[in-house]
Amino acid sequence: MVYYLALAALLFAIGLFGVMTRRNAIGILMSLELMFNAANINFVAFNQYLGGNGMAGQLFALFVVVVAAAEATVGLAIVLLIYRNWRGVDADNVSIMKW
Amino acid sequence: MTDYVSTLSIDIGLIGPELALLIAAAVILLLIFTRKADRFATAIGLIGLVVSMVLTVRQWDVKVGGFSGMVTVDQFAVLFKLLFAVASGLTLLLAERYFHAKHIARPEFTALLLVSTMGMMVMAGTTDLIVIFLGLEIMSVPLYVMAGFNRRSLESNESGIKYFIMGAFATGFLLMGIALIYGASETTDLRRIVTDFSYIATNAKLFLFTGAALMMVGFGFKVGAVPFHSWIPDVYQGAPTPVTAFFSVAPKAAGFAALLRIFAYGLKDLGALSDVWWILAVLTMTVGNILALRQENVKRMLAYSSIAHAGYMLVALAVGGADAASAVIFYLIGYTLFNLGGFTVVALLETRAGSRADFSEMAGLSKAHPYLTATLALFMFSLSGFPPTVGFFGKFYLFSAAVKGGFIWLTVIGVMNSFVSVYYYLRVVKVSYFDQIEGRFVPAPLSAGVLFVLIVTAVGTLGFGLFPDNVLEIARRAIQAFA
Amino acid sequence: MTIDAVIFVISAVVAIFGAAMMIAQRNPVASVLYLILSLIAQAVIYVQLGALFVGIMLVIVYAGAIMVLFLFVIMLLNLRGSEELGKPSGRVSRFTKYVITLLFFVELIFVIRGVALPPAPELVTNQPDAFGSVKAVSMLLFTKYLYPFQLTGVLMLIAVVGAVVIARREHPGELPDDTAAESTLAETPKEGTKA
Repeated sequence: MVYYLALAALLFAIGLFGVMTRRNAIGILMSLELMFNAANINFVAFNQYLGGNGMAGQLFALFVVVVAAAEATVGLAIVLLIYRNWRGVDADNVSIMKW
Repeated sequence: MTDYVSTLSIDIGLIGPELALLIAAAVILLLIFTRKADRFATAIGLIGLVVSMVLTVRQWDVKVGGFSGMVTVDQFAVLFKLLFAVASGLTLLLAERYFHAKHIARPEFTALLLVSTMGMMVMAGTTDLIVIFLGLEIMSVPLYVMAGFNRRSLESNESGIKYFIMGAFATGFLLMGIALIYGASETTDLRRIVTDFSYIATNAKLFLFTGAALMMVGFGFKVGAVPFHSWIPDVYQGAPTPVTAFFSVAPKAAGFAALLRIFAYGLKDLGALSDVWWILAVLTMTVGNILALRQENVKRMLAYSSIAHAGYMLVALAVGGADAASAVIFYLIGYTLFNLGGFTVVALLETRAGSRADFSEMAGLSKAHPYLTATLALFMFSLSGFPPTVGFFGKFYLFSAAVKGGFIWLTVIGVMNSFVSVYYYLRVVKVSYFDQIEGRFVPAPLSAGVLFVLIVTAVGTLGFGLFPDNVLEIARRAIQAFA
Repeated sequence: MTIDAVIFVISAVVAIFGAAMMIAQRNPVASVLYLILSLIAQAVIYVQLGALFVGIMLVIVYAGAIMVLFLFVIMLLNLRGSEELGKPSGRVSRFTKYVITLLFFVELIFVIRGVALPPAPELVTNQPDAFGSVKAVSMLLFTKYLYPFQLTGVLMLIAVVGAVVIARREHPGELPDDTAAESTLAETPKEGTKA
C-alpha cells in the first residue's frame, strides 16, 4: 500500500517539476495531466485499501478523468488561439505585461 | 456500510436555482443557430438569473439534503447563491456595453457566465468534496475562456493561458489534498468527516493534515492568497474589464464559501491550521497593499487591492468560530458590491477608444462626470474602509472578531494595512478631482445597464453601511445553518 | 516476491520512466508517446488495485482520446521541438525549482511513512466480485452519484462550447477596422453574428 502512495507522490512530483520547468505550453499541459493522474492513483489505492466501504475513490477517479478531458479541451483551444496569434507556444514569451 | 446499491433519489426542486441558469444558458446556445441570440442573450441571461434568485430565496427556510446527500440546501448555501447571482447579473449588464464597444460581443459569453455562476452555486450547495470539486471545475472552465475572450488582444490571450495554467495547477494540488483526506477519513462527505472525526486513527490524522495543507494551496491559488498570487495581476489586467470585475468578486466568494465549508465546518476539529492561516493572511494583505502602491494602471491597482482584501478575509479563517465566519460573509457581501462598482467605473472609462485605464487618464474626470466621480469616490472610500460605508463595517466586524479571539497582533497588522491602502485608493479620488488635464476630457457614454449597475452597487455600499446589523444578522443565521 | 509484487514493480518502473522521459523530451510528439506509455502502466496498476472499470477508462479515454487530441493539436501547429523552447531560465531559478520539487516529494514520503498503515489487505482476492466491475460502478453512478454524474455532463458541454468560442477562426466580415472602434456600437448589435 505504502508503495502505491509513494508511486503517486513521485509521479505528482515529476508533474510538478514539469509544470515549473517546461516552457512549452503543451508540455505544461501534459505535466498537469500527470499531476491529475497521480492524485487518481491515490484515490484508487485508498479505495482498495479501505476495502468494502464503498467505492467513492473509484468514482472520484472517474470524475477526475472527465474533468481532465474538459480541461485539456479548453487548454488546447487556448494554446491554438495563442499560437495563431503569436506563432509560438512558449509560456515564457507570454509576458508582455510586467510584474 | 456497503453502498454498492443505493436508492435513487432525485430532488429536482432542490437544484432549481442551478437548473434555471442551465436552462437559460442552453436556450442561448440553441438560439445561436437561429442567429437571433445576440439580440436576446443578455435578456435571457437576466431572466434566468432572476428566476434563479427567486427560487433561491424560496429556499431560505429549508434545510434539507437531496440526491443521496450530494446536495445540501441551507441558509449558508442560499446566501452565497444569491451573492453569485447578483454578481453575475451586474456583470452581465456591465458587459453588454463594454463588449459591443470593443467589438467582441458574442452570445456565448452570456452562456459561459451563466454556467460559471451555476458552478459556484453547486460549490456552495453541497457538503461533498466530489461535488465541490466538480462545481469548482464548472466554475473555472468557463472562466478560462472568458479571460481570453478578447481573442484579438494579446494581453487577453495571455490572461487566458495564465489563468488556465495556474487554475489547473491549483486543481492538481486540490485533488491530491482531497485524495489524502479521503484516505484518512474513508469518505468524501464533510458531514461524515465531522461525525466520525474522533474515530480517525491518530496517525491517519497526518494524512488529514497534509491533505488540508494541499487543499489550502489549491484554494490559495483560487482566491489569490500570497505565495500563490503571482497570476492575479496579469490575468486581471489582461482580461476584458467586466470579466475582471467578475473574477475579482464571484470566484473569490465561491472560493471562500468552499473554504468556510471545508475548514470552518468539515475540518474544524483538526486544529493547528490557525497559525498557517495567520501567516497567509498577513502575507497576503501586506504584499497586496505594498505592491498596489506603485501601480500606474487602475485595473492593475485594483487587482493588487483584491489580493489585499483576500488577505483581510483570510483573517477570519485564522480566527475561526462563528463570529469570524459571519463577519467574513458580511465582508464578502460588501466587497462584492463596492469592488464591482469600482470596476464598473473603470470599464466605463475604458469603453472610450484607446483607453488603457491608467491613472493619468482619470484627470479631469470630475468636470466631465461629477456624479460618476462622486460614485467612484464612494467606492474608493469603501475599499479603504471609511465609515459609513459597508467597507468600514466589514473590517470592523472582522477585526473585532479577531480581537475577541485573542488575535491582537493580527488585528494590529490588519489595521496598519488598511491605513497603507488609504494612500492608493485616495490617489484615484485625488487624480480625478484635482489633477489638471491637457486638452479636453473625452466623455464616456453612459448606458441604462451601466447606470443600473452603478446605482445598485452605490446604494448597496452606502445602504448596507448605514444598516449593517440586518445584514450581519443574515450572515449569522447562514453560519448557524451549518454549525 | 509474489506475482502481484512483480507486476507492480514492473508497471511502476515503466510509469515513472514514461513520466520522466515525457518531461525530458524536447520533441512534443515523443513527449505525448511517453505519457501514453506511462498512462498504460498506470492503468495496469489500477486494475491490480481492483479498479477494473477505471483502468479501462483510463486507457480508452485518457491514453486514447485525450492524448490523440494532444497529438492532433501538435500536428496542427506543426510543432517540432527545439524551436519552441524560449530562453532557458536562469540557473538560480532552475535550482529553486529542483529544490521545491525535491522538498515536496520528500515531505510526501515522510507523511506516507509517518502514517505507517497496517499491512494492506490481500489484493483483489478478498474483494467482493462486484468491486470495481462495470456493473458495480454503473450502479453507483446512476444512483448515489447521479448528481455529480450529471454535473460532468454540464462540464463537458461548457468545455466544448468554450473551446469552440476560443479556437474558432475569425470570419472576414467580423473584424472591425480601427475607425469603427471609435464610434459607440450600441446601434450595431449584429456585430457578433456568425457569418
